[in-house]
Amino acid sequence: MRSIWEIARLTFLEARMRKMLWAIVLLGIAFLILYAIGFHLIYTDLRGAMASNAARLLEPINFFVLAGLYAINFLVVMLAVLISVDTIAGEIASGAIQTIATKPLPRWHIIAGKWLGLALMLAVFTVTMCVALMFIVKLEADYTVRNPVQAIALIVLEGLIVLTLSILGGTRLSTLTNGVVVFMLYGLAFIAGWIEQIGGMMRSEAAVNIGILVSLLMPSEAMWKRAAYLLQPPFLRELGLDATPFGAASAPSEAMVVYAFLYTALVFLLAVREFSRRDL
Amino acid sequence: MLIETCGLCKVYGVTVAVDHLTLAVGEGEVFGFLGPNGAGKTTTIKMLLGLATPTAGQARILGRLPGDPAVMGQIGFLPEQFRFPPWITAADFLDVHGRLYGLSAAERRRRSAQLLARVGLADRGRSKLGEFSKGMLQRIGLAQALLSRPRLVILDEPTSGLDPLGRREVRDLIHELRADGVTVFLNSHFLSEVEVTCDRIAIIKRGRVVRLGTLAELTRQRAEVEIVAAGMTPEIEAGLTQWGRIVQRLAPAEAATPPDAGHLILAVADEAVAPQVACYLVQAGARLHMLAPRRLSLEELFLRVMEEET
Ligand SMILES: Nc1ncnc2c1ncn2[C@@H]1O[C@H](COP(=O)(O)OP(=O)(O)OP(=O)(O)O)[C@@H](O)[C@H]1O
Ligand SMILES: [Mg+2]
Repeated sequence: MRSIWEIARLTFLEARMRKMLWAIVLLGIAFLILYAIGFHLIYTDLRGAMASNAARLLEPINFFVLAGLYAINFLVVMLAVLISVDTIAGEIASGAIQTIATKPLPRWHIIAGKWLGLALMLAVFTVTMCVALMFIVKLEADYTVRNPVQAIALIVLEGLIVLTLSILGGTRLSTLTNGVVVFMLYGLAFIAGWIEQIGGMMRSEAAVNIGILVSLLMPSEAMWKRAAYLLQPPFLRELGLDATPFGAASAPSEAMVVYAFLYTALVFLLAVREFSRRDL
Repeated sequence: MLIETCGLCKVYGVTVAVDHLTLAVGEGEVFGFLGPNGAGKTTTIKMLLGLATPTAGQARILGRLPGDPAVMGQIGFLPEQFRFPPWITAADFLDVHGRLYGLSAAERRRRSAQLLARVGLADRGRSKLGEFSKGMLQRIGLAQALLSRPRLVILDEPTSGLDPLGRREVRDLIHELRADGVTVFLNSHFLSEVEVTCDRIAIIKRGRVVRLGTLAELTRQRAEVEIVAAGMTPEIEAGLTQWGRIVQRLAPAEAATPPDAGHLILAVADEAVAPQVACYLVQAGARLHMLAPRRLSLEELFLRVMEEET
């Protein structure tokens, strides 16, 4: 078990030495500053315009919160792919993995350690960004988002789904192919989410079923849909004012979340199996 | 036996990389593993270390299956082709590998400093590997292989990319390891080096062992007798074939011998026959100017073996 931690530590060291940590921290801060300025300007304007009906303000605020969190959600997915796409494939291609795999540790520790290191970095990034954004909104508009913990956990899970898939891909595919495959899967799930959403509004059962089927293949986008659903004030939902481009009119069920957990675990086990079997 | 293989095979598609390889390497031995490019040396090493799965046959290393974590701590390995991560410093690189070996912090510090000095990189510990030259990378790779004071060291072409001084240092290092009782499995194309460092040698060709033994055993079987004699007749020459085969006839001028003298090289099974050959030539009436038994160098042997049909 200690060697899992040593491998995880190595992924931190790599992120630090390659200045990736700095890039992420600085750009994350830039994102938050930009968001805070934008939110401040828009909110000041809106408050002036809607002074007579303060309750109407909730709708645009909700929209901006979801838009911000959606942007973070997207960054998390991108980051999940980018930090992991080369980690196994690249070391196999360079032969650097050979000195690691011949150390006294079972091979699955290498996968587990890399996963742990990257997952921790991703989770810290996701939580920090989401909490900071919610804090900005609270300060500026005194607006408290609903179910923040569950929503953030869902976004973290979405990142982990993508991360784990890209680690699995790295055990068999070259870096480039792996990146292409994972992004395509993500894109597929994204489109399917829309088909399901619009199908739901138009009451097209076939469209909804296609959406669900693709979500089973790649449950990443479904996690965001559920997070968005949970984040919204229920009365907006009841008023039917909640179908923002970033939000969700209907949400994937809790069963989908359980499925996503099992899916991630299965993908992880597959990655371990593939890596343990292959020649390095 | 530290390394034992039995009928080890590796097939990649239609390429047979290793073909029923059976070997045993004992404790404390320096074992040279030779063969032309593509003979299957690296593939064999990968199977010994559990990096590649054999298509057939078995291998045991320190009595265990290849890759068993229980023994990998006692094995040091320098891979053939590697690009170590360019972003890490030499000292951190050794520290990371020391951690993977499970060494304590104090031990890691001590070993890193020792080994950096040993491979001539004492002042480059803080440099990133991306700034290293090929030979320097090879040196840091060697240091990494020795971190855990291993019982068995497997080196895949340790001297490729090293300057003559570096090659000399590696040779000394192998001698030191042998003096400490460490077993070394060495794969190299520098035959003069293998000649002076290895106790036993295997020559492989297309994945099969074609020669195996100590240097003396291998070269004795292929000794030659160089003869310069005048008054040789076809009958006398024919008589020589009872000891061996005439493999080469040199022109007299080339050999700077008396103009009427013939100069030939007789391949014999054992160099001990030289006195009998001399006796025969004199009795047959040839005037013997020179008769010199000589062993093949490993390089000559290697080239001869490669020319043979198998
Ligand atoms: N991953 C692989 N996929 C397909 N063929 C391979 C693979 N690795 C090795 N081979 C083939 O196996 C044979 C043996 O290769 P190997 O690398 O073991 O040779 P080698 O003896 O180490 O040669 P060299 O002296 O050039 O290092 C070659 O024909 C090579 O093409
Ligand atoms: Mg090789």
